[in-house]
Amino acid sequence: MILSVRDLKVSFRTNDGLVRAIDGVSFDLEESEILGVVGESGSGKTVSLLAVMGLITDPNASIEGSIRYKGRELVGLPARELRRLRGNEIAMIFQDPMTALTPVYTIGWQIAEQIRAHQNISKAKAMVRVEELLAEVNFPNPHEAMSRYPHQLSGGMRQRAVIAMALSCNPALLVADEPTTALDVTVQAGILDLVRKLRATHKSAVVFITHDMGVVSELADRVMVMYAGRVVERGSRMELFSDPRHPYTRALLGSIPPLTGEKPRRLPAIPGSPPSLLRLPQGCAFGPRCPVHYEPCVTDRPELGIGTHAAACFRVAQA
Amino acid sequence: MIYAILRRFGQMLFVMFGISVIVFLIFFATPGADPAARIAGRNATAEVLEAVRHNFGFDRPLYVQYVKMMEKIFVTGDLTSFVNRGWKVVPAVMDSIPVTLSLVFGAAILWVVVSIIIGIVAAATRDSWLDKLLMALGLLGISMPVYWLGEVMNLITQSRYHDSWAFSWVPPLGYKNFSDDPKGWFLTLVIPWITLAILYIGIYGRVLRAAIIESLQEDFIRTARAKGLSETRILLRHALRTSLIAFVTLFGLDFGALVGGSALLTEVVFGLHGIGKLTYDALQNLDLPMIMATVMYASVFVVIANAVVDFVYILLDPRLRTS
Ligand SMILES: Nc1ncnc2c1ncn2[C@@H]1O[C@H](COP(=O)(O)OP(=O)(O)OP(=O)(O)O)[C@@H](O)[C@H]1O
Ligand code: SF4
Ligand SMILES: [Mg+2]
Repeated sequence: MILSVRDLKVSFRTNDGLVRAIDGVSFDLEESEILGVVGESGSGKTVSLLAVMGLITDPNASIEGSIRYKGRELVGLPARELRRLRGNEIAMIFQDPMTALTPVYTIGWQIAEQIRAHQNISKAKAMVRVEELLAEVNFPNPHEAMSRYPHQLSGGMRQRAVIAMALSCNPALLVADEPTTALDVTVQAGILDLVRKLRATHKSAVVFITHDMGVVSELADRVMVMYAGRVVERGSRMELFSDPRHPYTRALLGSIPPLTGEKPRRLPAIPGSPPSLLRLPQGCAFGPRCPVHYEPCVTDRPELGIGTHAAACFRVAQA
Repeated sequence: MIYAILRRFGQMLFVMFGISVIVFLIFFATPGADPAARIAGRNATAEVLEAVRHNFGFDRPLYVQYVKMMEKIFVTGDLTSFVNRGWKVVPAVMDSIPVTLSLVFGAAILWVVVSIIIGIVAAATRDSWLDKLLMALGLLGISMPVYWLGEVMNLITQSRYHDSWAFSWVPPLGYKNFSDDPKGWFLTLVIPWITLAILYIGIYGRVLRAAIIESLQEDFIRTARAKGLSETRILLRHALRTSLIAFVTLFGLDFGALVGGSALLTEVVFGLHGIGKLTYDALQNLDLPMIMATVMYASVFVVIANAVVDFVYILLDPRLRTS
């Protein structure tokens, strides 16, 4: 087991009250497994994995629960220790490659900076490694690319550079937060290929965050569906796609955008919108949008339950 | 590259030309102005007046007057004001330049170094008591009028506490040439440097703090954290580095203006006969040739400062380099 998250809760104190962005999320990740995390905007995908990375810097945040990486508890770990893991054993790729790189340094410099933060090697050796990495992520001319500034590269190329950076220290765990959302479809397919290849060559486990069921069906071994800060369904890809149980998952599956052809705008095809985290309904958070809700849904909150394939829905428990 | 530099140089010349024409028109061609009488000086004889009129071309079209004026400033260097007293303008400007440059350069080094330190410390400890203290001091520095501050400095270091151990080293007011007496040059300038720098330390410290804090919200800072870099490195190599652009803009403007003569108040309080003082006196006396010369001098520096800022921009921000 690489990663084991138990009952993770993240809340933010805001002027309007306490925002419970993550409310009791649990999941496990095996070695070289790809976990797809899906959900609409605001469902807590990013926040839950930022918590894993120890990257929630907001002083108004409070984090509870347990995050174990290779058996080691990360919640409450001193910043120094966490820093040693971050970028080294656990790497993260962010959504927007346009803004993810510091504009004033070259790609090569930025990747070498990460290598040298964790390994005691000379600048020249680091640069050799950078060139290998850029070749690995399919830069046509890696040597030349090293001296490029971010603004001189296309979005897809920048994202490749970011991936090369994330891989620079051979992480055991790679968190990719919607790495393809900002890119167009053909570029997206290339990046997905890359992730798949890297899982094979580097044996990294991958958490792949997306709002796109199509991507999940392409890539993930197991899937976790999030809604309003909670996990509403989890299961293997097969289980989830052949036998979706939660009404929300079914709705998401009804809204798979095609992987080829024109990509629809990023809109939930599900009627209604997610509830405000400040005013969650008392019962099932999906209740107001659920086509099959009934009496218990209004007063009680459905639990996820145990087992590899589970859904937090009274209809499912009843069946 | 060469082409870009040449073009830039051409632009600089064009701007200076524009400034000189405008100033010339304001002072020499406003209806009712009688430049010949002004230049000849009070109680000048009719012969002197006539000589001036001929010499400056006031009996000929405007463009001839302009060309003659520029010739006297830049080519022959024999521009004279108050002809009956025979005061040469160009040497007066030349003598003032080192004074102003010494004052402004020293103060600039001081304010840049101190405000960068303050900006970094305040941003790193934002919302702490230290941050609040530094920002309050900065505000105090900004709100103290420089003339008043200079007077207080003088009161303390020249008279009230001059005999105490702390200030007995402070020499009397005035400027000493660096080549004659480097130590004296330094000592006379210490208090003026501090006085002039305090205002800018306040402004720049606050500006830099705000820019760093804004930078710290950027996505690439999150990437830097995800890379496992130390907070110090993130602050200095990523946040500070990308915040310097706002800082440099401000610096170019202020530095150009100060060298061009707006250090006037500091120069006056500390008895430094620099460009600011010279310009001020020229305006007081409506000393037209001197006004013309000091304005030309100031425009040279402002234009150079702008060019240097643009150059530093390109150094700082690769996005501005054309590939
Ligand atoms: N610093 C913060 N202060 C207050 N609320 C926050 C903060 N950060 C995140 N949130 C809230 O937490 C919730 C979850 O946000 P998160 O970014 O994890 O969503 P997401 O699932 O990643 O959405 P997206 O698909 O748009 O990236 C959102 O409602 C957001 O408003
Ligand atoms: S618990 Fe009720 S409201 Fe919630 S998803 Fe299931 S049926 Fe719908
Ligand atoms: Mg997100």
